[in-house]
Amino acid sequence: MKIESIQNGIVLDHITAGKALTVYHDLKLDKLDCSIGILQNVRSSKMGKKDILKIHQEYDVNLDVLGYIDPNITVSIIKDGQTIEKKKLALPKRLVNVKKCKNPRCITSVEQDIPHIFNLTDEANRVYRCIYCEADK
Amino acid sequence: MKHLIDSTDLTVEEIDDILDLAIDIINDKDKYSEACKRKKLATLFFEPSTRTRLSFEAAMMELGGNVLGFSSADSSSTAKGESVGDTVRTVGCYADIIAMRHPKEGAPMFSSMVSEVPIINAGDGGHNHPTQTLTDLLTIKREKGRLNNFTIGLCGDLKFGRTVHSLIKALSRYEGIKYVLISPNELKVPDYIITEVFEKNNIDYKEVTTMEEVMGELDIIYMTRVQKERFFNEADYVRLKDTYILDKDKLKLAKDDLSILHPLPRVNEISTTIDDDPRACYFRQALNGKYVRMALILTLLGVTV
Ligand SMILES: [Zn+2]
Repeated sequence: MKIESIQNGIVLDHITAGKALTVYHDLKLDKLDCSIGILQNVRSSKMGKKDILKIHQEYDVNLDVLGYIDPNITVSIIKDGQTIEKKKLALPKRLVNVKKCKNPRCITSVEQDIPHIFNLTDEANRVYRCIYCEADK
Repeated sequence: MKHLIDSTDLTVEEIDDILDLAIDIINDKDKYSEACKRKKLATLFFEPSTRTRLSFEAAMMELGGNVLGFSSADSSSTAKGESVGDTVRTVGCYADIIAMRHPKEGAPMFSSMVSEVPIINAGDGGHNHPTQTLTDLLTIKREKGRLNNFTIGLCGDLKFGRTVHSLIKALSRYEGIKYVLISPNELKVPDYIITEVFEKNNIDYKEVTTMEEVMGELDIIYMTRVQKERFFNEADYVRLKDTYILDKDKLKLAKDDLSILHPLPRVNEISTTIDDDPRACYFRQALNGKYVRMALILTLLGVTV
């Protein structure tokens, strides 16, 4: 098996080993029809083991989703075989329709069209609160 | 300030301005009697709360304005499946300001995001009830002449009582207040109040389980209902229900200038035998609720007199 190197697309590197499929799922990469390389348990001097995702297509990656999953993932934009940009991830201040509020008393539990919005209220402990009911789940 | 969703959204200055305006209204009611002439308040009550609704409606009427609305979900368009967002946008075409009560937490917050007119949260489930908090603050300010340097006892259901939580948060921004938390162990304040409010701000507090041991220390006592459904079993409820009733005997232990507050409605936690005691403030508190809502309506509508 040969993993082609990317001409145009995106490489998501330094994914925690075993999490590549979670990232694949959360970014909804199954909606793309380009080829996607999923590398698991790649040796890494920094991390021991890591996962890598290679998306062979120009793709506007949702950095908020990615930052929420793991802000240590690195994002490289590849064009004509060259890395033209590396994007820095941060824990997003606000999540819009990334996670759903699980509080059964929340207005979002009965009205389907309301966007699920969470604000980061405690960066150290990665606590996000629903802007409507203020629950953190 | 465009809407009022949560009392902690207000700065201390904004709260003081609203309370000062309420006191000015009390001192010169005639001056404000036509302040909202030809303006309309819509009371959208997706669950019934007669007391709160009438307080809002009386407030608007005393400002010379008019009121319209509904008092329960089955008489509203929700019964036909309309979303709260659509209801608010529609009503905003008819009314200048909306007071909303809703059983779901965050419904007024979401409404404020889509509404062209100011939204006042008149209670969203067990979440927020900011006009009750403003009412409590106005009552303390009028009874004590200040919002600092006193000892307040909070008694009853401190676990689920949202009015208690938001009053503590609002008062925590004023200086020199000591808190005495009186409740059964089953109904103590949630941990986050202890850590995020008291300990974080170095506030003096203590937790006790009987009223008698602290009555003499208090300048204010804020009573709340202990509801039967909060207990796991009938035996615990029966054992505890009379422990948190304020009556003549307990009042004998109190200071002469104690102020007794209660958000109402009461069940039996304040004996009716003390209603005529000058220290009983709870009906004056209900009256203050109307005045503070008048001040809030004027503030949100940007009406100056
Ligand atoms: Zn929520």
